[in-house]
Parts: sequence; structure tokens; C-alpha cells
Amino acid sequence: MPPLLEVRGLHTEFRTGAGLVRAVDGISYTVEHGETVAIVGESGSGKSVGALSILHLIPDPPGRITAGEILFDGRDLRGLSEAEMRRIRGRDIGMVFQEPMTSLNPVLSVGRQITETLEQHQDADRATADRRALELLEMVGIADPVRRLRQYPHQLSGGMRQRVMIAIALACNPRLIIADEPTTALDVTIQAQILELMKSLALRFNVAQIIITHNLGVVARYASRVNVMYAGRIVEAGGADAIYHNPRHPYTMALLRSVPRLDRPRQARLAPVDGQPPDLTRLDGGCAFRPRCRFAVDQCAQAQPALERAGAAGHVAACFRSAELVAPEAAAAQEAAA
Amino acid sequence: MTGLVTAAPLLEVRGLAMHFPVSEGIVLSRKIGDVKAVDGVDFTINRGETLGLVGESGCGKTTTGRCILRLERPTAGEILFDGRDVNRMQRSELVALRRRMQVIFQDPYSSLNPRMKVGDIIAEPIKVHGVEPDAARRRARVRELLAVCGLDPKFTDRYPHEMSGGQRQRVGIARALALDPEFIVCDEAVSALDVSIQAQVVNLLEDLRERFGLTYLFIAHDLSVVRHLCQRVAVMYLGRIVEMADNNELFDNPLHPYTQALLSAVPIPDPRIEAMREFHPPKGEVPSPLNPPPGCVFHPRCPMAVEGCRRDRPVLRELRPGHWVACSEVHG
Repeated sequence: MPPLLEVRGLHTEFRTGAGLVRAVDGISYTVEHGETVAIVGESGSGKSVGALSILHLIPDPPGRITAGEILFDGRDLRGLSEAEMRRIRGRDIGMVFQEPMTSLNPVLSVGRQITETLEQHQDADRATADRRALELLEMVGIADPVRRLRQYPHQLSGGMRQRVMIAIALACNPRLIIADEPTTALDVTIQAQILELMKSLALRFNVAQIIITHNLGVVARYASRVNVMYAGRIVEAGGADAIYHNPRHPYTMALLRSVPRLDRPRQARLAPVDGQPPDLTRLDGGCAFRPRCRFAVDQCAQAQPALERAGAAGHVAACFRSAELVAPEAAAAQEAAA
Repeated sequence: MTGLVTAAPLLEVRGLAMHFPVSEGIVLSRKIGDVKAVDGVDFTINRGETLGLVGESGCGKTTTGRCILRLERPTAGEILFDGRDVNRMQRSELVALRRRMQVIFQDPYSSLNPRMKVGDIIAEPIKVHGVEPDAARRRARVRELLAVCGLDPKFTDRYPHEMSGGQRQRVGIARALALDPEFIVCDEAVSALDVSIQAQVVNLLEDLRERFGLTYLFIAHDLSVVRHLCQRVAVMYLGRIVEMADNNELFDNPLHPYTQALLSAVPIPDPRIEAMREFHPPKGEVPSPLNPPPGCVFHPRCPMAVEGCRRDRPVLRELRPGHWVACSEVHG
């Protein structure tokens, strides 16, 4: 079976006062049916722009998709008109955004926002839509759903608003949900509830998910495959276990070392990634991570390394020195196996 | 650590309460109740120590910090800084207090004046307090502060918008250090920063504490950062401290059911560990502080709640040396 989503060589640019910004600079990845894929990166890495590009949600101007293919179920979304795209958004591909207060309409009741989606995409009559809305609210774990349907977003807590967003995303039985920092604005116990809910519903309805996040813990708990982004490119991709236990790109390695962990006692110092985040208006032809990389050599200034196989099948890294960068833990395991 | 600390704590908070009145109606406004943002909080911070104050939104951690800084006048309680009650200080005493006590805020975007150059931002407290009337010496001091915070002295002529979030937060730290304070309230000081930059700023805070003998109240919702940075930790829920202990004791051996739920909710960046973890997020959501539940405020969500929890407010008890828990159902 071909993958549900295949992104090939996607480029998205923004024209800004400071110059041309290649926010997404040639990313390729796939999402299989029913699979949860994480896109992880820091501010400005292009993780959100990449996902919004799939849905044609990049404001043009200043943004523009300049190259690439977005194959959803074998069909290239890039060629679709706005009207065709509207039929895909919300029906085949559901969306959950970071701030549910700004993505819900403040002057429509919760019930109306759900039934609107159903009427738009499924030609449901009012009574059917109302029944389904109630069922959806129950499904996402909202207590007292009859009363909640008549309420407005401001009357709900942040966690409940995000549950409503998930209900809307699931309303038309989508095959893919794109969740952009879905729990970043929420408290940790509510974050755990929401992620647990998304995971169980995805499993139950066989919905694939793209989770975009900066939180390495969230990725470890929920994703089976991970794409790590830096300065508009995917620098490393692979199964979650390989990425966390045998990272082969210096940025991934540095990122994992720099996070404080709840399961580790107080240590003397953290090991931060040195330097400042990249300025996307001033990238040259070399590797964008080079100024912060402790492994950089002359070659890194001359060309951008391409993603190449590193370790296990499906594990790729974009670093000229990737083969030398085997984590001690993984090296020991390989030695033990040999 | 405890052995090194002298007897008198630098800060002592006793029975602190901060209730905000809530009124309804525009024309005939009437008071309908109080938001009990902080409702009876006691703790001490020793000199040279970092106390972590953690909890979810609305638990009262930020309000507690604001009361200590005297940005709020509390409804009840005492805040003793070096033995003197902050709330009874006269104006002259307060001015002196402000030099000894500083704050670092969360948002490096809104806490710096966008129309001021970095050098002027850092020099402002020095000027206001008349510490260094000589402009040339003040500039030298600013350059020194920038260097201490890991910034190039040529940044004095830049504006905040020309800097990255991490650099701006360093400016905020330099400003807090300008008056040589003894005590700094860090209110979500690293929360807005990206992971790779956050670690730099965490290390900086740690270095500064050692170098200048600072004492921190570190208010944060990120438990992993608190585990790394703090010597002691207090967990707040709905205006009250539910548990307080030394760092390792609290994280390795949490006793209060809320602390346990909170810790289990935090994902650990390791898929192998996550696959093996037991995971029970607490049911429901935090109740409104306008109308908190009677008895133990956590009882509606608590898996261990018994009849008495609805009625009696649990007091903080020392169940093990230095480990305080406000729950009638746990025993050391």
C-alpha cells in the first residue's frame, strides 16, 4: 500500500523586509496509514510552516510554496484549487492547533461549530448533525455534553477547548490529523490527558497523525517515527528508538543532551547547544548547524549535506560525519552483538 | 547543603494569603466572592539556596512571588526578609529592599522596553537608585554586567528587537544583577526559551548563584528544569502548598497524591522509559479558585480521598526529616 501522505522536496519561502527566508527548504517525508509521526524542532526550524503548507494555509503574500509535491492518497494537493482544498481540509485531513481560543470561533456555540463542519462536508441534516455532535463530545471525554454544546468557547477551560478542537477534527472521520503544538498551551496534567485521548482515538479510528512539537518528551511518549528539523531542513529522521538512542546528527545529539530530565538527579551543569539559533536570512551554501557544531570540518562550509542512511533501515541523517558519530551506548551494543 | 546554611533564613513566609475580590455588574457592582489565589502558605528560603515553587496555572505560585516582591499587598500573613516584615516597611526601607531583591520575568519580549537601548535598560536601576552618578563608570558597569551574562559588551547600543530570545533573557538577568541583589525571584525565567537556549540560561543562573552567593525563588511549571536547578521544592495546588521537600526526596519519593499525578504526567525524553511507565493522569480539571472545594482542595480529583477529606483541611506535616506533606491519608 502506498503511504497515506508523501511530501517530496517541499520548499516554502517568505518574502520579508530582511530578505528572502527559506522557511522550508526541501523537506521530504512519508506518513503511513494509522501512524503517528512527529516533527520536532525549535522556533524557526520550519516545522509548522511545513505542515501548514500541506493544507495550503500559508498566507500568500508573503509566503509561497515554490517547489515540491504533496501526495495525499496518491493525489498531489499542490495542484488543487482553493475550493477543492476546502473539501479536503476538515474532511480528509483534520487539524488541531496550539491555541484553541484563537482557532475556535468566539461567537458560535460549541455545538454549532461541530455541526457546521458536518453540514459542510457530509451534507448532514440538522438533526443528524446534532446527534453526531453530542456523540463526538462524549467521545472526547467532555462531561455534561448537552449543556456544553450550547456554550461558547470562552465558557470552557483550555483543556476542554482543545477537546472540542479534537472533536471537530474527528467529526468527518479524517484519515490524517495534523496537530501543531496541540498541548503546548496546556498544563502538564491536562497535556497528558489530551495526548492520551488523541492516541486512543487515533488507534480506535485508524487515523494517522502528524504531531508538530518542540517537546522531546511528548515525542518519546507518542510518536513511532521522528523527523528532526533545523533551519528549514530535516536533519535526521528515523524510528523513535533510533533517534533517541542512536542519534547520528550532531544537532539531535546536542538537543537530547541539553534537555533537563525528570528522571535524573541534579547534575552539575546542563550541556547546552552553544551559540545562537540560525538567522534564516543569512544562510550560506554550507550546513546551517555548522556555527554551533563541535564536529564541524572545512567540508561543512562548502556544501549542504544530504540525508543519507545512518544505522538501521529508515534512519537517515544529513551530516558528512554521521558515520563517525555513533553514540557510545550504541557502539557498546554493536560490540556486544558482534 | 543543609550543613552549610546559617540558622536564620533569608526569607520566611508565614500564613501568606492573597484574596482578590470579584464583583459582578457594571452599574450596580457588588462583590460576589474572593478568588483565593494564595490561601495560607508557609515556607522559608535559606541563604544561597534555590527553592523551586511549582504547580499548574492558577495555583498561586506567581502571586506568591509578587507578594514577596511587594507588588501585591497580601490579605494576611507575614513576609520576613532578613527578619523584617516586607509589608510593614516604610518608604525608605522599601527603597533599600528593592536593591536587595530583584526579579526576572518570563517573557523576554514584553519585559524589556522596546524603545530603550540595552545599555540604558541595564543602567536604569543603577540610575534610579543613585548608585553610580558618574556616567562613564555606569557605562563600564553595564559592560561588565553584559560580560557576566555572556553577552558581547558591544550589545549596549542594540535594541531588544535586534536580539534573539535567549540574548534578551540575558539582558533581563543583567538588569536584575545591576544592583548587586541578594535575592532574585525568577518567575518562569526560562519557560519561553527553546530547549537549546534554555540550557544555556539555566547554566548561567546556576553560575551566577555560585559567583555572587545569590538566593533564588524559582517559580516554574516545568518540573524537569526545577529538578535540575533547585535544592528544595514546594508544590502548590489551588493556593496551598501540598508538599515540600529536598529535591531528590521530592522527585524520587513523592508522597502527596497530587505530586505523584503531576510527576507521572511529565513525559521523559526516552521512548524506552516511556514505554514502561505507568501513567495515570489525574481525572478532571483544577476547580475554580473562586469557589474552591471544602476540606482538602484536591479531594474531588484524588484517588485516595476518604470522607474526612471533604471536611477537614489537611495541614502540612513533617512526615520525614525535611519532607512536608499536606495529606491526612499518607504516612511517612
